[in-house]
Amino acid sequence: MADITATQDGSGANRFLHWIIHHPIWAFVVIVFIFFSVMNEHFFALGNFKNILIQASTLGLIALGMTLVMINGNIDLSVGAVVALAASLTVDIMGWPMFEGWGNWQILPGVLAGLAAGVLLGALNGFIVWKTGVDAFIVTLGAMLGVRGLVFVYTEEQSFFAMNFAYSDFGASSLVGLPTLALIFLVFTALVHILLSRTVHGSNTYAVGDNREAAVNAGIRVGPHMMINFMIVGFFAALAGITLSTQMGASTPNLGTNFELWVITAVVLGGTKLTGGAGSIIGTFGGVLAIQILRNGMNLMQVPAFWVLVILGSILIGVLFLDKQLNRKGAEELRL
Amino acid sequence: MTEPNPTLRLKGIVKTFPGVRALDGVDFDVRPGEVHALMGENGAGKSTLMKILAGVYHPDEGQIFIDDRPVVIRSPIEAKEHGITLIHQELSLAEEMSVAENIFLGELPRKKWGFVDWKTLDERVGTILQKLNADWGPRTRIGSLSIAKQQMCEIARALTHSAKIVVFDEPTASLTDAEKVVLFDVIEDLKAEGVGIVYISHRMEEIFKITDRISVLRDGSYRGTLNTRETDEDEITQMMIGRSLELHRRNIEHAEEGEEVLSVEGLSCGRLFQDVSFTVKAGEIVGFYGLVGAGRTEMAETLFGLRRPTAGKIRLAGEEVHIGSPSEAIEKGISLVPENRKEQGLVLGMNCRDNITLPQIDDLTAGPFVANGAEVAIYDMYRDRLQIKAPTWRTLVGSLSGGNQQKIVIGKWLSMKPRLLIVDEPTRGIDVGSKSEIHKLLRELAHQGYAIIVVSSEMPEVLHVSDRIIAMHNGRITRTFSADAVTEEDLIQAISGLTSDKAA
Ligand SMILES: Nc1ncnc2c1ncn2[C@@H]1O[C@H](COP(=O)(O)OP(=O)(O)OP(=O)(O)O)[C@@H](O)[C@H]1O
Ligand SMILES: [Mg+2]
Repeated sequence: MADITATQDGSGANRFLHWIIHHPIWAFVVIVFIFFSVMNEHFFALGNFKNILIQASTLGLIALGMTLVMINGNIDLSVGAVVALAASLTVDIMGWPMFEGWGNWQILPGVLAGLAAGVLLGALNGFIVWKTGVDAFIVTLGAMLGVRGLVFVYTEEQSFFAMNFAYSDFGASSLVGLPTLALIFLVFTALVHILLSRTVHGSNTYAVGDNREAAVNAGIRVGPHMMINFMIVGFFAALAGITLSTQMGASTPNLGTNFELWVITAVVLGGTKLTGGAGSIIGTFGGVLAIQILRNGMNLMQVPAFWVLVILGSILIGVLFLDKQLNRKGAEELRL
Repeated sequence: MTEPNPTLRLKGIVKTFPGVRALDGVDFDVRPGEVHALMGENGAGKSTLMKILAGVYHPDEGQIFIDDRPVVIRSPIEAKEHGITLIHQELSLAEEMSVAENIFLGELPRKKWGFVDWKTLDERVGTILQKLNADWGPRTRIGSLSIAKQQMCEIARALTHSAKIVVFDEPTASLTDAEKVVLFDVIEDLKAEGVGIVYISHRMEEIFKITDRISVLRDGSYRGTLNTRETDEDEITQMMIGRSLELHRRNIEHAEEGEEVLSVEGLSCGRLFQDVSFTVKAGEIVGFYGLVGAGRTEMAETLFGLRRPTAGKIRLAGEEVHIGSPSEAIEKGISLVPENRKEQGLVLGMNCRDNITLPQIDDLTAGPFVANGAEVAIYDMYRDRLQIKAPTWRTLVGSLSGGNQQKIVIGKWLSMKPRLLIVDEPTRGIDVGSKSEIHKLLRELAHQGYAIIVVSSEMPEVLHVSDRIIAMHNGRITRTFSADAVTEEDLIQAISGLTSDKAA
């Protein structure tokens, strides 16, 4: 979307303030970062930062796609199940006897199948939402249950192990001094940011979520448009499933359980409205980092896992409240 | 005289909605370079006909010809491809997005790879905005503009590409004189380029000023087409509603003035308006007249507790009050019929009756239940008074015609029987027949002792209903007139800020 001028005053401090008001999550990221740096000696270390980025990459990739879908005014609850499906497909297929002689190339058909499954399921979700007009929440809730069931049928409730070491080493590899998975995440973040802020598709994403009727009137093909965004989130969920299985060197049918909740939390923390029409990748990136820094920091401080949930829940509500307060228009505003 | 072949011809168009035959065999044509008015009462089917043209609805029967070739228009995209642009009656904007993105919605200029060509976009929108005399830029968030300015942005869409047919569905409903002049210039330019224009409006003076031919619809059926030069208001009114109306230029009766109901002293709200002082007595109608942006609506909203004043006092019956919210205002006997009724005044997914009785639902109970009969009685009364055209009270408000939705909102606040009634643009988008009915109703209410504030941008309307007229310019009151002593020139001077300092 175009940068909309809100302050005439272009001074640096002012612009920063304006920026922070629009992305309050980043203030929060800075605060928790400082907090854990002070509280725990293991937190502030290059190795740990890399760790955080790797851990963030799984949720982060899905959150990128989810941001598009949610700005559209839709939602995709099936991402967690797609993670498991893509991981199982990939790990299984590359172990098929027919690819045995392919060396490391045997990974390719597996990865392609995994990604294709994600994109196809996304397309299916989008198609149903488009043609039936049923709410995306319901459609993808169905997909979430159905796909998870499919994974159990397909895997016969078994875990698959990757016999190819190149695959399982990939999760721990580095490129230009950064963990490869973190790099993948950062590159896609930049790409989706550009997609959303610079392209016609990105502009239409906001328009469709903001006022669907106006978008239709203006001749935007809303159905196919939404379908593309569902395909994008499907792609990212599959990719996240694959990167996750490279980290574990295996896939389990339970992989990705509750991921949809974490991803939606991250996206909402990042300022995307559930009703659509507003949000940004910069915000989502902040939301993902916030969650991961909290998890990592509290883990280092040996806070029990369920407390992490309690704290995250409170923070979610707190940040959204703050957002509402900060983005008031002052005395002249219309009261509701 | 040889007439050019019509660019567009509609033949025998029929469209039914559940329970309504909205169009019943309508013929209509538009020639290149003409302005063709489409008139009819609220709910006559004007918007429906135009939406069929724009591919929003599909006709049950009938044919559309463009340049004498039959075409089928299945979607708004196809309409655009045929060179048809419809400026919708209701704002059709994405609020969070910029002005530029909204004007070019669905046809943003592209570079390679689907990137938006922001530079071209800004340039083109800049040129268009200049043509429209806009004081806002392409990157302004459209939701932060006033309704009138948003409407101008809608109109700007007619200029983005070379259309063959441009339909304006009540474009002036929320514009005032200054913007109207700009709009008429735009229409003049389009006309000169040979574009065929369909112009829908309930304002006779506009119709007679800018149109070449007039077609009239009544209850979904086609009543005929007349050359504007060869007809007059009375004939058109006859065709539209089947009877003549007697219109007074001016309010001639005066209600007996009672006690002071409202007194406002030095009221200000930031930059929106400053130092506004006036009084309203029981039985009196005070008209607020001014240009868009003069601060009248904002002042009304402040009185209704929708905005927090930054200075000044409000007294109700001599007692100083602080109005913190609309519910407090209602409790104190103030009602506001808002300017922007679709957004602020209606629950579109609720039926007609429930919308009207919504604010008093607490009082209409029988035991723990809402008293059904009482509600229907209230609805029936206002349906008759305001001539609301809806199949039954169960009809969802969202499916009524634009003008009938307005009437529902007005009915809703009238049924509250407030001490002080504030109406903002009471007859915007309302047909001539109902307009005079609403004016009569307002006068009657004043007779019954209500204190009434009417905010209006239509000079005939303020002159017609008010006992006193307060002119505002740039957030300040410039002059106050009594209705018998005012001249139109005085009013125009006062609202454009040209006034000499003497106050009446
Ligand atoms: N989507 C819809 N569903 C059901 N009925 C509809 C729908 N749209 C319009 N109608 C009905 O069709 C009739 C014609 O409505 P239309 O909006 O065309 O009137 P109009 O002439 O534009 O009136 P106005 O001057 O008030 O804008 C009305 O009776 C209205 O209730
Ligand atoms: Mg209409």
